[in-house]
Amino acid sequence: MDPEILEIRRHLSAYPPFDALDDEWLDQVAEAVEIAYFRAGSQILEASQPIDALYYVRSGAVEVYRRSGDLFDRLGAGGIFGHYGLLRGGRVRYPAVAIEDTLIYRIPAATFDALCDASHEFSDFIELGRPRLETGGGTAGQGSELMSTRVRKLLTREPLIIEAWQSAQTAALRLADEPSAALLVVDQPGDDPRYTYADADGHLWQVQGIVTDADLRSRIIAAGRDHQTPIGEIVHDDLIAVQSDETVQEAMLAMLRHNVAHLVVLHRRRPIGLIQLQDVVRFETRSSLYLIDSILASDSVQALATLKPDVWQSAVRMIDEGADSRTVGTALASIARSFMRRIIELAEAELGPPPVPYAFMVMGSMARGEQTLVTDQDNALVLDDRFDPGADDEYFSRLARRVSDGLDACGYRYCKGDIMATNPRWRQPLAQWQRYFRRWIDDPNPERLLHSNIFFDLDNVHGEERYVESLQALIAENAGNSPRFMAAMARNALNRTPPIGFFRDFVMEKDGRQNNSINVKRRGTAPLTDLIRIHALACGSRAQNSFERLDDIAETQLLGPGVADRLRDALEILSHTRLRHQAIDIQNDRQPDNNIEPENVPSAERAAIKDAFRALSQAQKFLRFRYPMTSDRPARTGRG
Amino acid sequence: MKTRSRGAASDWASWMAGACEQARDPRLAGFYGAFPHDPSAPVADLPLIAIDLETTGLDPARHAILSIGLLPFTLSSIRLSDRRHWVLRPPTGMSGESVRFHNITHSDTEQAPTMDEILTDLLTALAGRLPVVHYHPLERRFLQRALEQELRQPLRFPLIDTMELEARRHRRGGLARLRHWLGRPPASLRLNDCRQRYGLPAYGTHHAVLDALATAELLQAQIQHHYDATTPVGELWV
Repeated sequence: MDPEILEIRRHLSAYPPFDALDDEWLDQVAEAVEIAYFRAGSQILEASQPIDALYYVRSGAVEVYRRSGDLFDRLGAGGIFGHYGLLRGGRVRYPAVAIEDTLIYRIPAATFDALCDASHEFSDFIELGRPRLETGGGTAGQGSELMSTRVRKLLTREPLIIEAWQSAQTAALRLADEPSAALLVVDQPGDDPRYTYADADGHLWQVQGIVTDADLRSRIIAAGRDHQTPIGEIVHDDLIAVQSDETVQEAMLAMLRHNVAHLVVLHRRRPIGLIQLQDVVRFETRSSLYLIDSILASDSVQALATLKPDVWQSAVRMIDEGADSRTVGTALASIARSFMRRIIELAEAELGPPPVPYAFMVMGSMARGEQTLVTDQDNALVLDDRFDPGADDEYFSRLARRVSDGLDACGYRYCKGDIMATNPRWRQPLAQWQRYFRRWIDDPNPERLLHSNIFFDLDNVHGEERYVESLQALIAENAGNSPRFMAAMARNALNRTPPIGFFRDFVMEKDGRQNNSINVKRRGTAPLTDLIRIHALACGSRAQNSFERLDDIAETQLLGPGVADRLRDALEILSHTRLRHQAIDIQNDRQPDNNIEPENVPSAERAAIKDAFRALSQAQKFLRFRYPMTSDRPARTGRG
Repeated sequence: MKTRSRGAASDWASWMAGACEQARDPRLAGFYGAFPHDPSAPVADLPLIAIDLETTGLDPARHAILSIGLLPFTLSSIRLSDRRHWVLRPPTGMSGESVRFHNITHSDTEQAPTMDEILTDLLTALAGRLPVVHYHPLERRFLQRALEQELRQPLRFPLIDTMELEARRHRRGGLARLRHWLGRPPASLRLNDCRQRYGLPAYGTHHAVLDALATAELLQAQIQHHYDATTPVGELWV
């Protein structure tokens, strides 16, 4: 090996996309390189000049500009430019200037073309500006089996099926003969086509639910009912089903979310089995289920608070195992819900039953199922409309206080903006909530927009789910149809913009400034989540999770082809980076935060993060164009 | 930037014209005939060639050339694939003390050609290009002696010395006097130290082609910083 070739090759091989090339190709690239020096301040490429090589920064620094004159990128050693021009017509698209004394390697177009043909990694990087991600998998590698194994792997037998009109005794006899502890109850086809299927003989059935040993004990024997009671009368009405190709992880989360121990597994609409909590626990003994078990078994807030380190530990383990951000976010949200549910149960046990029904709801990241390790509490109480402030508020005020204090003790800090049920404003009957939401949509002003941003991601944690569902429906039906509200929300979503990327150990801003660190929530995930919310509202989606919202958005023509996928990748990259850095903080005994320091970002990840920022920036540009500010009238005042 | 008019420039032109007429060896006549000897030619237009020799010592009478690295280039581009590299078998009796230092082993040199075997190729590769070296006395003396032994005629030509260009700034100018007056050590003129002043990366071990590359890059940097594309080559060569 010639030392001069080795010298060049060694440098190339440290930077993407060349790091993906094998030695033979690296040698060919090094052999073909043309070298040129550029003094600081000199123009390397001028717009529209012919270009016949890919430019690689060996040392020094280069700024690349848009034709408008805006800074597009600042590159240090290992950066490449000129590829846009090479791919499109052989003329320079983005002019480039050396901002330090710079040594450039030119890789001739012929070699560049051969590389694009020979290496998928290389051509993907060139086209996308970053390594291509596995679909939906984020940076997940092998990961835990929980994340990659399909539910159907847990099924060992066909489900035991019983018709709804059979007696409880028949059900008990069937269970006595079998090791299984649950029966699938089916009925004549009814009103829900989602659960209607044809059996092997062509008869149509509708899945009604599951009956377990425990149901027979508590709902027949303990309740003193006749053992001839039709089994359909005691079946749970909330049927929870998963598809057979969902992951064990997703099944586990469904159980946690709905607080059930059994799930029906469907292949399309046909039930092919039942799984229970124990199946999952047997499968993955170290899972966060144990944590949830401990939470639900704790009998005081003090005991709950001791579990805080375990939450961090389990999250760090998931991140280390390569879980994607969606999995970690949902798991953390499930854990938080369990804390909250248990705290409410403990409070109710002390305060007695509530004077009127209520729903304790959460907003923000917890409602979206996108929680991280740095999180504060956003919650509110939706009360039954029979609520009498004079008589009943004392109870709910005390309930709210206990929940809020309890959550703070468990690591979910008080909300600085006072978005908590302890605030009387956020402790209101359903009708008042509906008035709030309508007013926020019909007549937005800065404060109401802020509220819309927080409250329009909402989910029930405890109590009357239907109250929260009616609020979700109100938002989905009204927000997207109000051009003024949408334009105002869009303008709000443009307040926070991403930086360009990283340059050496700095964060590069669009105006050329450099910072030492970046708040990846404020500059990345939050504006991206805001933007996704707006498109979700526009298409009437009722999903709360940003990934699910993107699924709904992708089914419409709202965004250009492939844009939803690009945003999904961007969200995954930014969320994963955020979680990863929080895990680093915890592993180093630091308080986790939302800041990332460029020196902790390996060069292989930088390109991906830079591309995510770019995707966000382009999506913001589209939002500005889609909801122009000129159509926006100033918000009227005086209608409080 | 202040440049000095070099008295040697016109001398070289007339000397080269005479040498070409007197050359008995056709290879030598060809070399002189193609040599870019016009001192008023702008440096940017000239085909250049960086040369680096690895030798067994510093004295051409006692030491031998171990390897020659050549890298043709211009001020705007260095094409690595144009490089040439020869490992040479030293004449018997020559000292080999720096063999290990250059990462060239005895077994490498045993199989290698001698100077007279590569002479034609070497002169062909040099033809029409102005040589560029770092520290010319060494390269010049060794090349002269080796070639004169084979051709039985003196071989002399102008060249650009990147170390000499650096010395003009750091050893002779007002800046150097100021440093001296302040008691600072004079700026180092070693190849890697010179490169560092222009933001060029440090390269690894001594090797003829790698050092030629380092020299070529250094000249590109020096011209951009202290001269420009139209500078007559006569102001640069020695």
